[in-house]
Amino acid sequence: MSKSIVIKGGTVINRSSQEVADVKIENDCVVEVGKNLKGDIQLDASGCIVSSGFVDLHAHLREPGKEEAETIETGSRAGALGGYTALVAMPNTDPPQDSVAVIDFVREQGKRAGLVDVVPSGCITLGRQGESLAPMAELANAGVTLFTDDGNGVQDAALMRRALEYAKGLGITLAQHCEVAELTKGAVMNECSCCTDLGLPGWPSIAEELMVFRDIELVRITGASMHFLHLSTKRSVELVRAAKRDGLAITAEVTPHHLSLTQELLSSYNPVFKVNPPLRSIEDIRALKAGLLDGTIDAIATDHAPHPRRDKEMSLDMAPPGMLGLETALGVVLAEGGCEIRDVVALMSWNPAKIARIDAEHGRDVVAGIKANLCVFDPQLTWSVDPERLASKSINTPYVGRTLRGRVRHTMFKGTATVIDGQAQK
Amino acid sequence: MKHLRSIDELGLDGLTGLLQLTDHMAEINQRPVPKVPALRGRTVASLFFEDSTRTRLSFETAAKRLSADTMTFNVSTSSVNKGESLRDTVATITDMGVDAFVVRHKSVGIPWQISQWTTASIINAGDGAHQHPTQALVDCYTIREATHAQNFSGMKIAIVGDIKHSRVARSNIQAFTLLGANVVLVAPPTLLPPDVSHWPVSVSHKLDEIIDKVDVLYMLRLQSERMAQGHVPTLREYSEQYGLTQKRVLALKSDAIVMHPGPMNRGVEMQIDPSDVKNSLIHRQVANGVSVRMAVLFELLGSGSSLGGQA
Repeated sequence: MSKSIVIKGGTVINRSSQEVADVKIENDCVVEVGKNLKGDIQLDASGCIVSSGFVDLHAHLREPGKEEAETIETGSRAGALGGYTALVAMPNTDPPQDSVAVIDFVREQGKRAGLVDVVPSGCITLGRQGESLAPMAELANAGVTLFTDDGNGVQDAALMRRALEYAKGLGITLAQHCEVAELTKGAVMNECSCCTDLGLPGWPSIAEELMVFRDIELVRITGASMHFLHLSTKRSVELVRAAKRDGLAITAEVTPHHLSLTQELLSSYNPVFKVNPPLRSIEDIRALKAGLLDGTIDAIATDHAPHPRRDKEMSLDMAPPGMLGLETALGVVLAEGGCEIRDVVALMSWNPAKIARIDAEHGRDVVAGIKANLCVFDPQLTWSVDPERLASKSINTPYVGRTLRGRVRHTMFKGTATVIDGQAQK
Repeated sequence: MKHLRSIDELGLDGLTGLLQLTDHMAEINQRPVPKVPALRGRTVASLFFEDSTRTRLSFETAAKRLSADTMTFNVSTSSVNKGESLRDTVATITDMGVDAFVVRHKSVGIPWQISQWTTASIINAGDGAHQHPTQALVDCYTIREATHAQNFSGMKIAIVGDIKHSRVARSNIQAFTLLGANVVLVAPPTLLPPDVSHWPVSVSHKLDEIIDKVDVLYMLRLQSERMAQGHVPTLREYSEQYGLTQKRVLALKSDAIVMHPGPMNRGVEMQIDPSDVKNSLIHRQVANGVSVRMAVLFELLGSGSSLGGQA
């Protein structure tokens, strides 16, 4: 029998309780939550929050295909350091995740790394080309629950309708990257006064909102369920709020960067701030935060998008969009997200676990009997990011020079400490 | 002053200072041997990632008249598209000992990115649809030369055409308004940027409504690809609405000036030979290009001493 671990003196946050308690772990499960517990190994958690481990609905792990930017192992390590115990891997790999072979490969690589549960998402359309459906039933039988063409929105409304109808029969969820491509050709940043000055082609809010609107109406007529990825505009939040009021099976996420960074950063000409959807206005940020508070937005997801240094040293128009997120998400959200610690746990663990349908093992209340997927974080600790010291293989973090608040101290994945005192254990 | 990347960065004092310095350079260019040793031992590298005739030649001529050495880097289109070698290219040329880069690139912001990778001065010779500061200096100098006005207050300048995709327009709007001019942008809404409400300009969609009121009519080039992109239905329709025709020339005030940054699209925005326009300054714009660029190079690379005598 392996050694027992006790997490000492943290504040355990559950859905209907919040109290200082020790958490004892044996093998891969929590065996006891209470006072004065003893074990073979003690991890100090004084001043810290103990919650279920975080679940990221939106991570680009780049393997297979772009291992120069990230591998499943390095991305998993970055995730563990960020307090995550499960990462939904986006399907825009090369080859894309539209076959059982690739899905199995991604899942196996995740198991080999053994740092988080890597949950592969599947493509909605073959090759993410938006032309014909991927073999969703086969993929669903292989355990895929979330399907998306992320990076591309499904442009063809008839195809999207068929996809939703088909998905309904399989009991799976489709996740949309909302972008009407005709409106964003060559776009580099939000369409705004700043892009007027810079002479850059704009990515107008309406390109997102038109697809949000279209898909809400497709959900209404099909009765399928749908998750909206990385919402970024005020009007998108309003549309989703109204759709939820109508009782539609819709969920939505927002990224830490869309809660904390604005379009004006692009006037530094630094491609690290180029992301898709683009950074928006302060008004949009306020609306997204309001959406978090009233439950319109269900989850905070990173859209962790590593790119090698040379790719981000290109010009603004040539550089690929995307920024790192896994290791900074908690610190950004606690510093700038404007919500209570309990809400943060809901948005980063409880709700996304449910959306990804992995809530048997993730996003559980911390009580005896659950799989020990836990995050222990200090909500007050301030720190700054050193890109060279990140576990990710890439360095494209936009948070250099900003003070973050809140840092992961320990992460437990299936009973094993993947992170102790902020240090990755393997 | 270390770099010249935008008019904003230059400010009013920098702008008027360079215009005054240009007077000296124009005087040198009148001499039988238009050459001075002011920048002897300095090296200026041209990095043109986009086609150019007048800007590139006028920079190289300007450098030579100040006795600087010049280095020209030919960039093939394919390496531009990869983009990845830019940092290495700049570092390599810097290692050879270069004092200034003159940079033109189709991408916005390249001069700022490059200036992080080199110790040399950067002169922006055009970045995407963003800035072309030396063209704005040329245009301000040319207007000043023709009108003898030290500043442009009370002057009404219309910039006509594809404002949206024009770096010349963005630099000139900044420069003209810094000098006090009233600027009106004339274009169909599809050729204007999405939001100009924060710019100190007015906007008109009808050239004929303002043509008899302007002191300077500044025509922009319309690239034929704008039609393919659906910004205007046809070039014929555009030139009817916004082109300079004989009829419109007659509607101009008698002392109004006509300008164009070149290269002209005859039959599109210029429906008439510019030599038929009494107050066309298009040739002066080209001629002044060398003097202005001499002033810029001397300001950035000169030791602060005098221009020196004959080379």
